[in-house]
Amino acid sequence: MDQIAVHQDSATGSDWPVAIYRTLKSFGVAQVSYVPDAGHSKLIKLSHADADIKTTVLTTEEEGVAMAAGAWLGGDRAVLLMQSSGVGNCVNMLSLMASCRFPLLTLVTMRGEWAEFNPWQIPMGRATPQAFEIMGTTVLRLENPDDAEEVISAAASLAYDGDQQVAVLISQRMIGRKKWTKETH
Amino acid sequence: MSITLGTLDRRAAVKALLADRGDLLVISGLGSSSYDVFDAGEHAGNFYLWGAMGGAAMVGLGLALAQPKRPVLVVTGDGEQLMGIGSLLTTATKQPGNLSIAVLDNGHFGETGMQPSHSGLGARLEVIAAGAGIGNVSDIADMAGIERFRNSLRDLGGGPRLARIRIAAGEVERALPPRDGAYLKNRFRSHLGFKVS
Repeated sequence: MDQIAVHQDSATGSDWPVAIYRTLKSFGVAQVSYVPDAGHSKLIKLSHADADIKTTVLTTEEEGVAMAAGAWLGGDRAVLLMQSSGVGNCVNMLSLMASCRFPLLTLVTMRGEWAEFNPWQIPMGRATPQAFEIMGTTVLRLENPDDAEEVISAAASLAYDGDQQVAVLISQRMIGRKKWTKETH
Repeated sequence: MSITLGTLDRRAAVKALLADRGDLLVISGLGSSSYDVFDAGEHAGNFYLWGAMGGAAMVGLGLALAQPKRPVLVVTGDGEQLMGIGSLLTTATKQPGNLSIAVLDNGHFGETGMQPSHSGLGARLEVIAAGAGIGNVSDIADMAGIERFRNSLRDLGGGPRLARIRIAAGEVERALPPRDGAYLKNRFRSHLGFKVS
């Protein structure tokens, strides 16, 4: 049983990663970069399977911020996928986006806020909105799977048309409780 | 502490690298590398970083993937590349044939008081790049090597490349490119034919 199946076991019935994928496609997103994350695993798979999207695995989140700047210079729209624990890594690199008014759309799965079993995830999860906001990044929330298309679409317009840096925080409640094995609860 | 990795004059090396540049697109890392690229000749196909320490190679990768028919050259320093060392691994996963990285290596953090860098203390960036999966690496110590590297840049199937270029340590007069980021961005995109929105 792989990680995706484990997570879907406890998530809502809605297929929100597919809704996000379709919305990104409708905006012509051509580059996706990511730091591996269980909550984003389905979207990462969809992206890798799409020949029209250049999908890149990163060693650390701020690489994806700089990469989005380069993509935009070359005429590509990029999206960065990460988990809340990586947001702090991006802080200085966000100054590149602010200084040049580069669009940035990043989708962040939250940890440390809903049925979190790992206390080490909580400090960065709690600081995530502020870590973006101190650098001028607009923070939107996706709380309900049914809102995925609407929220991602609004964020993409704000980023690509409004030349803003936008983070969509995807509620941990949507991702479901993390289960280490089939047996534990 | 005095460490000498090389003798090449950084300005002469970069000028030679960018001679007859054709459709080459250039990203420069913050600090002296941006000054060197500007000093070699102002060009709309230059994007000078004034910050984003450690990000030059990744800006280059995003650009190279977006513009696969244009050669892309990242010109940066040892300190800047060291801060984003993971970007060499990320670049290798994509194997962008049109991307080349020139690391001007004097073994020091030149902008901040010439403290010895990891490179000056023994790290070999071209070996690290090869280990990361960048197949085409070189260690350049003379102008003939610069010329060979320059001639290879337009081979869009030959990358990714990384050249460690051994330059002399020491202060060079600053040559300051424009600092307005939105201007640099729009100028670069206009050069590629994108309209300013």
